[in-house]
Amino acid sequence: MTEEIIIAGFGGQGVLSMGKILAYSGIMEGKEVSWMPSYGPEMRGGTANVTVIVSDERVCSPIINAFDTAVILNQQSLDKFESKVKPGGYLLYDPNGITKKPTRKDINIYTIEGAQLASDMGNSKVFNMIILGAFLKLRPIIDDKNVEEGLRHSLPERAHKLIPLNMEAVKVGKDNVKQA
Amino acid sequence: MTVEDIIKPENLVYQKSKLLTNKPFHYCPGCGHGTVHRIIAEVLEELGVGDKTIGVSPVGCAVMAYDYFDVDFAEAAHGRAPAVATGIKRVWPDKVVFSYQGDGDLAAIGTCETIHTCNRGENITMIFVNNGIYGMTGGQMAPTTLEGMKTATTPYGRKATLPAGAGFDGIPNNGYPLHITELIARLPGTKYVTRQAVYDPAHVRNAKKAIRKAFENQINGKSGVNFVEIVSNCNSNWKMEPVAANKWLVENMLPEYPLGDIKVDGKLVEK
Amino acid sequence: MGELKLMKGNEALAEAAIRYGADAYFGYPITPQSEVIEYLSEQNPYERTGMVVLQAESELAAINMVYGAGASGKRVMTSSSSPGVCLKQEGLAYIAGAEIPCVFADVVRGGPGLGTIQPSQADYFQNTKGGGNGDYRNLVLAPASVQEMCDFVALGFDLAFKYRMAACILSDGAIGQMMEKVVLPDQKPRMSDEEIKAKYPWAINGRKNGTQHRIITSLDLDSAKMEEHNIHLQKKYKEIEENEVRYEMINCDDAEYVFVAYGSSARIAQKSVQLGREAGLKVGLLRPITLWPYPTKAIDALIKKGVKGFLSVELSCGQMIEDVRLACNGRVKAEHFGRVGGIIHTPEEVLEAMKKQIIGE
Repeated sequence: MTEEIIIAGFGGQGVLSMGKILAYSGIMEGKEVSWMPSYGPEMRGGTANVTVIVSDERVCSPIINAFDTAVILNQQSLDKFESKVKPGGYLLYDPNGITKKPTRKDINIYTIEGAQLASDMGNSKVFNMIILGAFLKLRPIIDDKNVEEGLRHSLPERAHKLIPLNMEAVKVGKDNVKQA
Repeated sequence: MTVEDIIKPENLVYQKSKLLTNKPFHYCPGCGHGTVHRIIAEVLEELGVGDKTIGVSPVGCAVMAYDYFDVDFAEAAHGRAPAVATGIKRVWPDKVVFSYQGDGDLAAIGTCETIHTCNRGENITMIFVNNGIYGMTGGQMAPTTLEGMKTATTPYGRKATLPAGAGFDGIPNNGYPLHITELIARLPGTKYVTRQAVYDPAHVRNAKKAIRKAFENQINGKSGVNFVEIVSNCNSNWKMEPVAANKWLVENMLPEYPLGDIKVDGKLVEK
Repeated sequence: MGELKLMKGNEALAEAAIRYGADAYFGYPITPQSEVIEYLSEQNPYERTGMVVLQAESELAAINMVYGAGASGKRVMTSSSSPGVCLKQEGLAYIAGAEIPCVFADVVRGGPGLGTIQPSQADYFQNTKGGGNGDYRNLVLAPASVQEMCDFVALGFDLAFKYRMAACILSDGAIGQMMEKVVLPDQKPRMSDEEIKAKYPWAINGRKNGTQHRIITSLDLDSAKMEEHNIHLQKKYKEIEENEVRYEMINCDDAEYVFVAYGSSARIAQKSVQLGREAGLKVGLLRPITLWPYPTKAIDALIKKGVKGFLSVELSCGQMIEDVRLACNGRVKAEHFGRVGGIIHTPEEVLEAMKKQIIGE
């Protein structure tokens, strides 16, 4: 099993940390992982993206051009990465702020109302965990208990009391992902 | 009286410091480096720190200072002695660390290292020998060369600016003698900043007192750079006899670079 | 087993330095390796182990601080990226001449000049062929993973002190910025001043009870002595070429065609090997771990075993290919394939290049 994922959105949406939690969860699942961010001026003010690879084997290249799954959180990222999803792959996006919907027919397209659901939960910070939950529903590559372990490792100790809330968000994400 | 009689211990009235090796100086007769070396060695010996001193020599005439001082020494790249000294002092804070540099080394190519080492307030002693010219490379202009002074690269005399032209009232040329010592004295990281000379015995005594203070401060744990400039001559490249060079130094160098303490115990001296 | 963490290559390098018991790090920020000094500053290593961390005013100052602290027998490290490493070359030549042990990392970005901040391997020449003035070498280790970014700190220090010279960890923006799992070694204590004095009698850290002073210099105006010093250095380099070559072979046992690649290129070429094997091609990968000394003999052995051609895969316009060709010495085909400017080749195009440039269709 090798799952090559791009997570892309605005800086501040928790893109990099979602990638980190996913990667840590992968380690807890006993997988090989890589996490490769965009960096430098590219991350100033605008979009941020991170490539996460979770695999049974040693990851060859951390930088890739085609993805099994694209997790898209803004229009620019959708424009940039829709074409990079492998045929038969998955595109998961939050429709909030999306004016030009994806059009490809050869991939599986799903939506998750992450921003809305986070607001419903009363905590905008769990946004990225809702998205992670939606992703894991589509691509069940990691067990929930390992996601919880991943959270424990990637969050600083003082934030560990928030782990139940984050796991709740994962569940909300799983329950609300919809085929587009 | 034979030589054997003369060198009997009871006839001994003066000897070189034990912290100088027996290697003869390569410096030109009349050059100030030999005197400055001697008083540094004497101070280190008197303070009893020969076993805990590490020196850093420059690129310039004093590049082989390490051959003359019987203390551990590193030879630095041109201008980098303060950075090398910083590296040593940071990992051996209990040792006595000093750099020894000329004007080209400290105030031209090494200006960045000089300013930042002083600004960080490294607990080291910096010795700066200023003779207004590049000695080792054969008498080219230094940042401290006086206006009008002839050197190999200012054969018609250093001109800060050329006469008016191109719509300006003066065209930039060699610039002005750089007062690096006054400059670093303004930095909060310097503890003791002074300018001395070694052209006659009275000034040698003053310079030795200053160097002693510059090392004592470091040894006594007073934080900050202790900086001693020595205005010296380069009779070879000034193309003068040694005595004439010292006279020229008094008449020309000292008005530009006046002697005395500039900063004591972290406070600028009121003039 | 040590502590398992998910870390960036740059962070692993920094953490490894603390855990190795390094005494000091002197650096200057530059993308894509600023995380090294940021991580060190955040970790308070002075409180953890007594390790000094100082942001210098320039790369020049940083390498000269390394020169001073290294000359005094302490374990010192610096890091930078390509244009910054250019600035360090002055100090590195002095370090080679004065035989000062130290470790430096070059997290390579594209060039020439300011170039780009994206990953590149175009500093191969700069680091393996000397870089500064004079006849000298630096040991060059090429990590291909975050784990190796961590492990090569200890290896680099061990080799640097064994041979009294600089060891370079030649990485790139991809390895530096990427997070992977890494097993961290346990904390080693820093060496005491007494241990350093006993173990490294050449180091300048104060004479011992009035004995002969030590001098650290790269200068000798006596031609005969300078020649002797150079011969001594070359003898040391020869010894290193004999004893310290490191490499990894993947699927080379029956290979007819072999990719030669290091660092991030090696990871990609490894995937190309897998794709090639799936397509029935007998391809393998030689991954040099030391770039100097170069695994020349490994290439020679592969040719003797029947390898018919090599493709040097680099994120450069063709630098390591020169060493591959020297090793081949005209016996078999050796070509270069690379992408530059921050573009990273795909495993597919690397395999395609092998088919087109070496195998021939």
